[in-house]
Amino acid sequence: MMEYKNLLSDNVKGLKPSGIRKFFDILEEMDDAISLGIGEPDFVTPWHIRDAGIYSLEKGFTKYTGNAGLSRLRKEISAYLKRRFNLEYNFKDQIIVTVGGSEAIDLTVRALVNPCDEVIIPVPSFVCYGPITELACGKAVYVETKVENEFRLTAEELRAAITPKTKLLVLPYPNNPTGGILEKPDLEALAEVLRGTDIMVLSDEIYAELTYGQRHVSMANIPDMYERTVVVNGFSKSHAMTGWRMGYVCGPSQVIVQMLKIHQYAIMSAPTTSQYAAIEAISEGDNDVETMRRDYDYRRRFLLDRFRSLELSCFEPKGAFYMFPCIRNTGLTSEEFCERFLLEEKVAVIPGSAFGASGEGFVRMCYASSIGNISEALDRLGRFLKKI
Amino acid sequence: MNEILKLLEKDSRLTAPQIAAMLGMDAAAVAAAIAKAEADGVILRYTALVDWDKAAEEAVTALIEVKIAPQRGEGFDRIAERIYQYEEVDSLYLMSGAFDLAVYITAKSMKDVAQFVFARLAPIEGVTATATHFILKKYKEKGCVFTVAPEQEERMLFI
Repeated sequence: MMEYKNLLSDNVKGLKPSGIRKFFDILEEMDDAISLGIGEPDFVTPWHIRDAGIYSLEKGFTKYTGNAGLSRLRKEISAYLKRRFNLEYNFKDQIIVTVGGSEAIDLTVRALVNPCDEVIIPVPSFVCYGPITELACGKAVYVETKVENEFRLTAEELRAAITPKTKLLVLPYPNNPTGGILEKPDLEALAEVLRGTDIMVLSDEIYAELTYGQRHVSMANIPDMYERTVVVNGFSKSHAMTGWRMGYVCGPSQVIVQMLKIHQYAIMSAPTTSQYAAIEAISEGDNDVETMRRDYDYRRRFLLDRFRSLELSCFEPKGAFYMFPCIRNTGLTSEEFCERFLLEEKVAVIPGSAFGASGEGFVRMCYASSIGNISEALDRLGRFLKKI
Repeated sequence: MNEILKLLEKDSRLTAPQIAAMLGMDAAAVAAAIAKAEADGVILRYTALVDWDKAAEEAVTALIEVKIAPQRGEGFDRIAERIYQYEEVDSLYLMSGAFDLAVYITAKSMKDVAQFVFARLAPIEGVTATATHFILKKYKEKGCVFTVAPEQEERMLFI
């Protein structure tokens, strides 16, 4: 008998698996359940983008690409970032095409973090930053953002979390799961804390195209921050391309060149078919992005309006495609709420606690779903709230 | 206003309060805008898009290309009017190119379509030629695809 527990990496054994599997086991058995659980666009990738992928296969473009990705794609990414966010990155040595935003996050953390380095992670946020930090033998330092600040990381919270060991600050905005964003004054306040330190910033801007009422501003746009910021972005949310696994990472060339070594040994190159599709998406897809964004905005406002009539407290999210209503006055924990809502009304939403301790008392609802679905889910929510 | 119309064109069952919520407008203002659009003939009708094949209704649809000699002082309109008055005509468009009018008709059988062309359409004064094309299958109409797309299997459940 192999004693695997003695063989496995302590680091890996120490990782917690995502804790909400049980809902999905229940959900899978239900036929008529509505899921507002999964955080991905409900749209299929626009046809012209899919067609570009198919066409590349017809032509037989099935080999590896250069490690950093097709230069045409990197040039297009560079032009796009300039056009949409006024960010300047040289395609030659400042951009790597990655397997989704996830790989880009992993590369950034691994390229920067030495054992025992601290990584500041605002929570609630996407669940990968902590485990990736731990795999790099770094220490995840969670900062609990507050609903009264619309889940923005404040300068005071940042200052309090910084120690001599702080290496990296993760800025996961627009935010999953809260829908919170950081605006220019917020970024400037954080920048003031970071100036004069050696702290780098991982700015996860995967939802940058999905903001409502104002354009996204990148931390790399703030004076003195460009040289300390690594920007992660990708095609999954903006172009409804989650399954293509297309992301990219941009930053100072001195950092990118180190990241490229990890990518080279661990990944070689991102999928070729996806890269060809991505060229089409980024060069011809601005209208698709806008159409989808407008649709999300309809749903966002629709949901917010219904929350108000149900007297469910929720701050107005201005980014991503999530609502994060507070369910404290039901007297249930996030998990209890979600489990009962699923079992009794067959609607799947995610407990806020899955995204960090300060998510307790909230649930995440993804509005990347049809108005019909959302409307039915809200009818059921109304019934559920009356009952409990 | 056009945003309201676009939403209604996609889903005419949306209520004024729902549209108001989606657009961040006042419900009364949306209701008034819709009422005005109805009164002005901007919104003509609220309908359902039906896949009659699935409803097992025997019907044939045809596109008839019609060439006409325009009449002095009336252009194409008078002949178009004489055609669209027929109940079986679903749609009628004036076209650029090789023919003048595109007539879409729905009838119970091919025989009925033929009857319409011979007995009604062709004899109209000014109609110089017709060509009838039967529609074999509807794939998409009004932006709506008629076949249900398959759901991807084994999707990730949480992210």
